[in-house]
Amino acid sequence: MTPETLRTLLGGVPENGWFAEAEARVRADPDAIGQLFARAGRMLGRRPLPDHPSWTAGQAGRVLLLLALTGEPLEGRAPEGAASTVTVRGRVAELYWRGDPAERLAVLHALEHLGLGEAGVPLIEDALRTNDKRLVAAALGPCAALLDDAVWRQGVVKCVFMEVPLSVVDRLGERADQPLAEMLGGLARERAAAGRRMPGDALALLNRQSLAKGWKAKEG
Amino acid sequence: MRVFDPHIHMTSRTTDDYRRMAAAGVRSVVEPAFWLGQPRTNPGSFGDYFDSLLGWEPYRASQYGVRHHATLALNPKEANDPRCKGVLDLLPRYLEKDGVVAVGEIGYDSMTPAEDEAFAAQLDLAREFGLPALVHTPHRDKAAGTRRTLDVVAASGIEPGRVAVDHLNEVTVAVVKDSGCWTGFSIYPETKMSPPRMVAILQEYGIERVLVNSAADWGHSDPLLTVATGEAMLDAGFSADDVDKVLWRNPIEFYAQSGRLDLSELPEPEATFAGSSVKRGGS
Ligand SMILES: [Zn+2]
Repeated sequence: MTPETLRTLLGGVPENGWFAEAEARVRADPDAIGQLFARAGRMLGRRPLPDHPSWTAGQAGRVLLLLALTGEPLEGRAPEGAASTVTVRGRVAELYWRGDPAERLAVLHALEHLGLGEAGVPLIEDALRTNDKRLVAAALGPCAALLDDAVWRQGVVKCVFMEVPLSVVDRLGERADQPLAEMLGGLARERAAAGRRMPGDALALLNRQSLAKGWKAKEG
Repeated sequence: MRVFDPHIHMTSRTTDDYRRMAAAGVRSVVEPAFWLGQPRTNPGSFGDYFDSLLGWEPYRASQYGVRHHATLALNPKEANDPRCKGVLDLLPRYLEKDGVVAVGEIGYDSMTPAEDEAFAAQLDLAREFGLPALVHTPHRDKAAGTRRTLDVVAASGIEPGRVAVDHLNEVTVAVVKDSGCWTGFSIYPETKMSPPRMVAILQEYGIERVLVNSAADWGHSDPLLTVATGEAMLDAGFSADDVDKVLWRNPIEFYAQSGRLDLSELPEPEATFAGSSVKRGGS
């Protein structure tokens, strides 16, 4: 979801006035975000947005409040006293660590647009360690570009264990590699031994990887 | 029968309990922060506990089709340990969270000066954050403790209708009812209150401003005693609508005063039978 889309969606909810005020407050005083970020859920609404059932107005608002922290130029003009990247990093990390799951999800969704680099990694890794499917899925979204390959593969295999559909994994086809195929192959053998099935999407991925390997072997 | 348990410590319960509760009609619970049996020695332990009450536990509940909210506070027992005093400074940022529908459990355990201080301070927090308060009454010296509780509530200036005074019995119900506070009853297998005694109290005092809970925790307790109380009410001649009021609409009315209670898209009881909602509740 691009910030523009989120803004458009939010424009359609009746509580949009609250958001406009909250965003202006965060731009003027970044310290205000702690309270507003927590309140956004109930102030903007916790029901799914029409046509975007995985999003709520509250979550859209939270992501946009985070973006307001970066002092993005308003109409091409950087606001005076725009926060340095270092401060933004600290604030975003604090909002994650002090957040409830919905707040943490908003941080994960915002990371791809925040440009905080390595500073986002501990947050994504934390989400991957949880047993909350929503957080694990978000950690493998676009923000997973920051993860090194070994951590990313563990995340993908964890999805298979948790029955999280692999469609949540950003750039899966592009990033899936031989070591991942081997991990999935091992899991498939364990499952077979236990008389249990692999989820269809994991099998499909495994087959694609094996096929690709076969082609490479032929070409080589 | 649809049931809202307004006071239950699910952290101490198993997934089997969630399954049985969902199958019996318990669709929504509120978990108050309380003593975990083992004393904590620093505010950080409370922070992690609060995070769990707002994070992992609601997620766990959702997998069984049960909606979970929390009340947060420094409980009276641990308010006596000076090492835990910092919890009062932690609370403001937690009381902003969506899943928090009251400040609680607060109140008295041994009626010490430290408990006085924590109780009053947290009633002030309830007012500041626009939250109702869930107040525990002591097990020992209950009648005196309940009267003192009501004095502190009155002195704080919080509206009595935004306060639930819990763990009441035949001896303490009248004075709480007269105060305008909500009357809470914890139905336990042996001590405190039983379903037949609860029915007798409802017959005498009516079904307004009454909350019936299991207060099930790590001790000898039973999360289905709310349902058993509903059945005992029906057997005694109360209507199904009376049962619905006591076990469903009353707790909603009380906690909805927080403006944060979220009961949207609760699955119908049938849909959660035998835990078939596990997949639906997922990602
Ligand atoms: Zn309790």
